[in-house]
Amino acid sequence: MKARLRSYAGLMLVPALSILLALLVASVLIIASGLVGTEKKVNLLLPLIAYRSLIVGAFGNFKGIANMVVAAAPLMLTGLAVGVGLKAGLFNIGATGQVLSGGLAAALIGMQVADAPVLIAIPVAMLGGMLAGALAGFIPGFLKAFTGAHEVVTTIMLNALIQLIVSGLVNDVFRAPGFSFARTAPVGSAELTGLGNTTLHLGVIFALVCIPLSYWLLWRTTVGFEIRAVGANPTAAFYAGMKPRRMMILTMSLCGAFAGLAGAIEVLRLGYYPAVFGTGIGFDGITVALLGQSNPIGIMLSALLLGAMRAGAPLMQIQARVPVEIIDVIQGIILIFLAAEIVVRKIFRLRTAGVGAGELQTITRTYGEKVVG
Amino acid sequence: MDVLLDIPVLGFILQFLVYLVQVIGSGHIAPIILGLATPIALGALCGVMNERSGVVNIGIEGMMLFSAYVAFMTALFVHQAFPAEPGALFGATPALIAGVVAGIAAGMLISLLHAWLSISVRADQIISGTIINITALGLTSYLNRLIKPFDSAGTFQSFRPPAGLVNLPGIGWLLEMFTAVGPIAMSVLVLVIITQVMLFRSRWGLRTRAVGEHPKAADTVGINVIALRYRNVLIGGVFAGLAGAYLTLEATGSFQNNMTAGRGFIALAAMIFGRWTPLGAFGGALLFMGSQAIGVAIRLAPPSGDLGTFLAGIQQAYPSIYNNFFTGLPYLLTIIVLAGVVGRSNAPAADGKPYEKESPT
Amino acid sequence: MSVAQSPPPRLQMRGITKRFPGVIANDKIDLDVKAGEIHALLGENGAGKTTLMNVLFGLARPDEGEILIDGNPVQIADPADAIARGIGMVHQHFMLIPVLTVAENILLGAETMANPIFLDRSEARRRIIELGKRFGFELDPDAKVETLSVGWQQRVEILKALYRQARILVLDEPTATLTPQETVEVFAVIRRLAAEGHSIIFISHKLYEVLEIADRITVIRRGQVVGSRLPSETNEDDLAALMVGRQVKLAVDRGTSHPAEPVLTVENLKVKSDRGQEVVRGVNFSVRAGEILGIAGVAGNGQDELVEAITGLRRSTEGVVRLAGEDITGWTVRQRREHGLGYVPGDRQKYGLVLGFPISDNLVLTQYYKSPFARGIQKQDAAIEQWAQRTIEEFDIRTPSWAVPAGTLSGGNQQKVIVAREFSRDLKALVLDQPTRGLDVGSIEFIHKQAIGKRDAGTGILLVSAELDEILELSDRIAVMYRGEIVAVVDGRTANKEEIGLLMATGGRAPAKESPTGTSSQPGADPDTIRGGTS
Repeated sequence: MKARLRSYAGLMLVPALSILLALLVASVLIIASGLVGTEKKVNLLLPLIAYRSLIVGAFGNFKGIANMVVAAAPLMLTGLAVGVGLKAGLFNIGATGQVLSGGLAAALIGMQVADAPVLIAIPVAMLGGMLAGALAGFIPGFLKAFTGAHEVVTTIMLNALIQLIVSGLVNDVFRAPGFSFARTAPVGSAELTGLGNTTLHLGVIFALVCIPLSYWLLWRTTVGFEIRAVGANPTAAFYAGMKPRRMMILTMSLCGAFAGLAGAIEVLRLGYYPAVFGTGIGFDGITVALLGQSNPIGIMLSALLLGAMRAGAPLMQIQARVPVEIIDVIQGIILIFLAAEIVVRKIFRLRTAGVGAGELQTITRTYGEKVVG
Repeated sequence: MDVLLDIPVLGFILQFLVYLVQVIGSGHIAPIILGLATPIALGALCGVMNERSGVVNIGIEGMMLFSAYVAFMTALFVHQAFPAEPGALFGATPALIAGVVAGIAAGMLISLLHAWLSISVRADQIISGTIINITALGLTSYLNRLIKPFDSAGTFQSFRPPAGLVNLPGIGWLLEMFTAVGPIAMSVLVLVIITQVMLFRSRWGLRTRAVGEHPKAADTVGINVIALRYRNVLIGGVFAGLAGAYLTLEATGSFQNNMTAGRGFIALAAMIFGRWTPLGAFGGALLFMGSQAIGVAIRLAPPSGDLGTFLAGIQQAYPSIYNNFFTGLPYLLTIIVLAGVVGRSNAPAADGKPYEKESPT
Repeated sequence: MSVAQSPPPRLQMRGITKRFPGVIANDKIDLDVKAGEIHALLGENGAGKTTLMNVLFGLARPDEGEILIDGNPVQIADPADAIARGIGMVHQHFMLIPVLTVAENILLGAETMANPIFLDRSEARRRIIELGKRFGFELDPDAKVETLSVGWQQRVEILKALYRQARILVLDEPTATLTPQETVEVFAVIRRLAAEGHSIIFISHKLYEVLEIADRITVIRRGQVVGSRLPSETNEDDLAALMVGRQVKLAVDRGTSHPAEPVLTVENLKVKSDRGQEVVRGVNFSVRAGEILGIAGVAGNGQDELVEAITGLRRSTEGVVRLAGEDITGWTVRQRREHGLGYVPGDRQKYGLVLGFPISDNLVLTQYYKSPFARGIQKQDAAIEQWAQRTIEEFDIRTPSWAVPAGTLSGGNQQKVIVAREFSRDLKALVLDQPTRGLDVGSIEFIHKQAIGKRDAGTGILLVSAELDEILELSDRIAVMYRGEIVAVVDGRTANKEEIGLLMATGGRAPAKESPTGTSSQPGADPDTIRGGTS
């Protein structure tokens, strides 16, 4: 147990230090932003003001915390959508498209069950979202398994395609009359309304349940064993009698289901599907998964962190006049440090880690190559 | 012929093909195809540079985006500091030229990050590329919000080939394609041919191919694998930077968040389609983006007859789906081609594998 | 054979020490080679021979020690330095690029230029042909290397070194994948090079070869020089004891076998390679319970595809595979395993192990879904650990714990994990593909004994190995595979090495004029359509 705790601490060390370094680097950008912003002067304290308002915005009161959790919940799911895929040696950067398909499906099903009891309407709409997301994940999984088309390219293409298809459908087919912009009809009782006067909603529970569920799946079941074996060494998995192709398709579908659920939660929270549904949760999922080292518990923590940033950013923009987009920049820098793990270890004089993550090698190895078995 | 065109479905497809041939041959569509294909072809050249030497580059998208922003802003600043009349050739101004140079420099800068992460740090190359995409998107969106540009340095102008050239029977449209365009688009064909010849005829090309296939073998004959990979990734950055500059300084004259819209990935698919050769990749770029040009063609020169009525009907009933269909064609085509081609094409054997000089036994 | 008359020697290595994390690969090694001398470096796999040569060739930096050429100390920082000092190396795993031509491979790094940018390919072609003629082999400079046989690829490697005017030539295990006849030819080339004044370092772990070719023998063990001998003063037993550090029996006692009914039968099997060429062309044989059938053949004659078709990793296009009488041709890998087929794969890191997984998970890699290792879909870690502990002990796997990743084990212990996993089940038939490749003598002995034990327990074993010595040592019967066909089956105990070598090289047909593509090295190269060298 003690050894396991220590190994978790070891896992978290580099991500934590990467975050620290990224905040430092971002400080420079924030100071520079003061220079070109409205005030046009160098304010060395600006980063502190910005980070303080970021923290206050996220943790300052119960409402802020609720906002943080609500922002984190879909990120946990998209984080799993990427992270579980990584375990199988698949880099699912198609969470964005899977979120959109899941969202539209949830909205359309929500419309149908708008008058049903809440406890039926919400799960049904969410299930619909998961299935649609799973389908969107199945396609690149199938293409990878049977044609060798690498998922990194196909999922990005699908993101663009799904975006176009979904907006076309909402504009031309499912547009609800009587609104000034293109959107679907209200989902009625399937809507995820806030509890009390907060934004907390039922969907958060669905997301939270998925964390231990995927942990159990990956490390306590034979299916998870197969997923991880295929991810670490697909040829050995095939030799051992597993079916790598089938596992890849299954895993991509599962990832899509997670993302689809995230999309469903976001749309049901809104109560309808807008033709222009700009959401970054699919993209953020990549950061969440990489920062969480594709471990469900790590994913939960990273999602909370990113959720806090997202929830606190508006206050930061008001108080420190630092654009919310700084969060995207910080994400990028965190990831650079994370990838340059050796450099981080050098800066902080840490020992180097042992045998590296095999599943990452698989992602690159299967690039331009066919999958066996 | 007319009888054939009356057959249901098949006749319809035939009508469409006849229309396509006509519109490309005479409708001034060819230069538009080259224009659409330019960033893809340049991105694919970046990919060829990288992958032929054994470095997978998924970050072309981000490199293009960052370069597009830097090129645009540099041009704008120079334009505001030294306003100048557009020159006679391509409407070039000092601002635009400075923008292109800055865009290329930006592309090389990001390439350096990718080279360092994937060659020296030996991070996973696909992760490195993805990180570049995420960071470039975040950084350009952030800066674009921070410094809202309301002005523009304008764009390069297309060359106007003499009418006699364009109207030559048979090949007029082809000549028009490569001449009635701006300077960056015009340079693409030249760059493609140069890299193709260099790759298969020069010392650099031989060494590049060797390093991409079997770096250890190259090392044992005294080739510096690390240096060669760095150099190639940086040259790739030049192409990506040029592609970015094209988007803001030749194609649009403005910068929008995420304006690359997946072009870096279509470029990768074009490279794979072209089996890692510059000429093949160029062909892939023309094919992918040619499909998008169909939408433009139909708008500029609507077909007549049944086909015209049919298309107009769809556009009437489903305007959004109709438009999105043509916008989405390159993405769809990319997936289809990739699925059909990968199994039969071989990536360089050492593609994506970091080179480690010393290892026990 | 000329004898060097004037000191100093062409090459001196003094006190070379090279450490890797956790191992001292070279510990104060001294070595000198005279002009025109063939100096053999003898040692087990993993003794540090290749590391020493990598130091010489600038591929590894020594932690201590110095290198002198013609008496002058030199710094060799990278291969370019080594080449400039006249050192050439033919690596055990050829440093050739399969998709490039012979000329491109030879030119690479020492390009003949028409101008500062472009290659002068016709001049290069001319010089290669000329150089080849001087040493008695005619090569087509425009042939792709992947179409050449192993023996000819080796000649390209030698030519590559000579093209760079090497005076000191290192040959790392040059005979490892050659037939006995090819070995004779390579020896002739080596002697000719020495006679012209080249210094040759000949690396091997095969005692009889070293005795045959060397002027002097230096033996290293665990990174240290343990002795130096003249061939006239020593014999195989002496060298073996030096090399291994104890008295070893050079061959296992295989005892007598008692073959019973056929358990693994292959009928008219045809298999295609990845490139779609038929590389197994109607193979028939059967392995009986309690016997070892060895498949001899030069690598790339369809053995890989044959094994994959038998074990279910590859589909056959025609023919039948039977396991204990049952037609298993269309069965999945798992069905075959369940029915009693074991398989030790040729590439242990690619197929045999998940290096990032703990040893325990690797030990159940093929049985994780069965009781007691799983209940329903729940993995039973306690049962897996318990079983792992027992197996590690039983098969003498040297590891601090069952929980360490398999990737941290030595090659020999990694192979033992695979052997433990496959051998600890009840098997009807067992396929052993290159079971001891790259292992030390101790591990080889252990695995050979295990195989004999399994045979005596009534399992039918199919042994595929590129090492003819191993085939001869273990097999009850030997089938020779040539160009996708079994060209002969002989008795293992009376088999004659030269005879089998000839079968491997020619398929037993009238030996045609030797051509570079006589036997293809490349799995999947179609023997009928291969473009060859000049003839």
